[in-house]
Amino acid sequence: MDKFIEIIKLTLPSVAQGLIVTLELFAVTLVLSIPLGYLIALMQRSKARIPLLRWFLRWFAGGYTWLLRGTPLLLQIFFIYFGLPYIKIGTFQFPALNNMLACIIAFTLNYAAYFGEIFRAGIESIDKGQYECAKALGYTGSQTMRKIIIPQMVRLVLPPVSNETITLVKDTALVSVVALNDIMRETQLKVSALSNVSPFIVAAVFYLVLTLVLTIIFNRLEKKLCNY
Amino acid sequence: MIKAENIYKSFGKLSVLNGISIEVRPGEVIAIIGRSGSGKSTFLRCLNHLETVDKGTISIDGETFVSNGKYLGDNDIRRICMKTGMVFQSFNLFPHMTILKNVTEPQETVNKIPHEEAVKTARELLKKVGLSEKENAYPSQLSGGQKQRVAIARALAMKPEVMLFDEPTSALDPELTGGVLSTMKDLAKEHLTMIVVTHEMGFAREVADRVIFLSDGKICEQGKPAELFENPQTEELKTFLSSLLK
Repeated sequence: MDKFIEIIKLTLPSVAQGLIVTLELFAVTLVLSIPLGYLIALMQRSKARIPLLRWFLRWFAGGYTWLLRGTPLLLQIFFIYFGLPYIKIGTFQFPALNNMLACIIAFTLNYAAYFGEIFRAGIESIDKGQYECAKALGYTGSQTMRKIIIPQMVRLVLPPVSNETITLVKDTALVSVVALNDIMRETQLKVSALSNVSPFIVAAVFYLVLTLVLTIIFNRLEKKLCNY
Repeated sequence: MIKAENIYKSFGKLSVLNGISIEVRPGEVIAIIGRSGSGKSTFLRCLNHLETVDKGTISIDGETFVSNGKYLGDNDIRRICMKTGMVFQSFNLFPHMTILKNVTEPQETVNKIPHEEAVKTARELLKKVGLSEKENAYPSQLSGGQKQRVAIARALAMKPEVMLFDEPTSALDPELTGGVLSTMKDLAKEHLTMIVVTHEMGFAREVADRVIFLSDGKICEQGKPAELFENPQTEELKTFLSSLLK
């Protein structure tokens, strides 16, 4: 038992360092992928007047979702980190990205595809009568979305968004493969250095606390928004 | 006030409106009756551009937004159609807003009315439809009849020149229709121009200045309610009226 406590003491500072990296990736991904996902949802439901533009937007959003949901996130991380620098389009050469930036891009693009589907389902589940009524009252398209549709949609999509967010916390562990020192990689390093598996328990506790905090936040949000 | 000429509309191969023309004078109350599928709701929805017509011309208050099937730009259509207010069969209140907010929100967002003034108008109208004490409730806490009266107040708050009612009592339990119909009667007494698609023959007979009977997307017969109901000229109207008595 004394040895266990000793090891925990040795592990905590470096895993706490890893926590900062994990949180950074988590927060940036969330902040970027939610608006991007919303954009994808809007594109997929495009009502553009010009048929060719409408067709293109829908096709693009559909293809995007298919590609990003249809391949493993791990592969996407590898591709952006290792693969991109080999690609040359005309005179344009993709730069080699540092591992944090590559991970942020991969996570954002990937999660935007999932959020896009959630938002699309949310928008489509609002009764057609709400749109008609807003139109009859003289709302413009964007006023309708802002004042009528999105507030109702938020309530509907909150549970699946909360689900995705919790999944995101755990998915961040993938970045250890490109040597980003998140919770997972710091833990693995300690495990090898100390030849002891106890640090894994520390990592588990860190992830559990993170997801618990998120669960509480989303529960509160749901209560607050579901007041009608 | 509203003038529609030669309106044609089809959904795919099904032609729903086959050349309807009406002219509604200011202050007139029109009841549109007919079987389900006769095109009465579709016609009403064309008048405020919830449906697009295939052919025909529609003007509201002297301004034409579709001429021979050709529409103006979106902004002009919206500006002209805002002269109408609409009440739907399924109420369509905004569920995430309180009753008061349902009536103030469109005024503030669409008509850019300052908040205090919007609230004042809303309270007056809620009082008029007898729902002052419900202003802080949410739509889910109201009965169907109450919801429909709020929907009427919300439409009136936008100060429309014409009110369009699309079967306003069809989704209500019979005992709840009374409140809605009496609110509509009050509006008729104030000489608000109204076009009402309805199955309530009692209301049509008592309140309407003119009744229009649609059949197969055409005006089959029209006239003062007394004449139309006592002395129907066409076979279609005769069958329709006798089917109601069964």
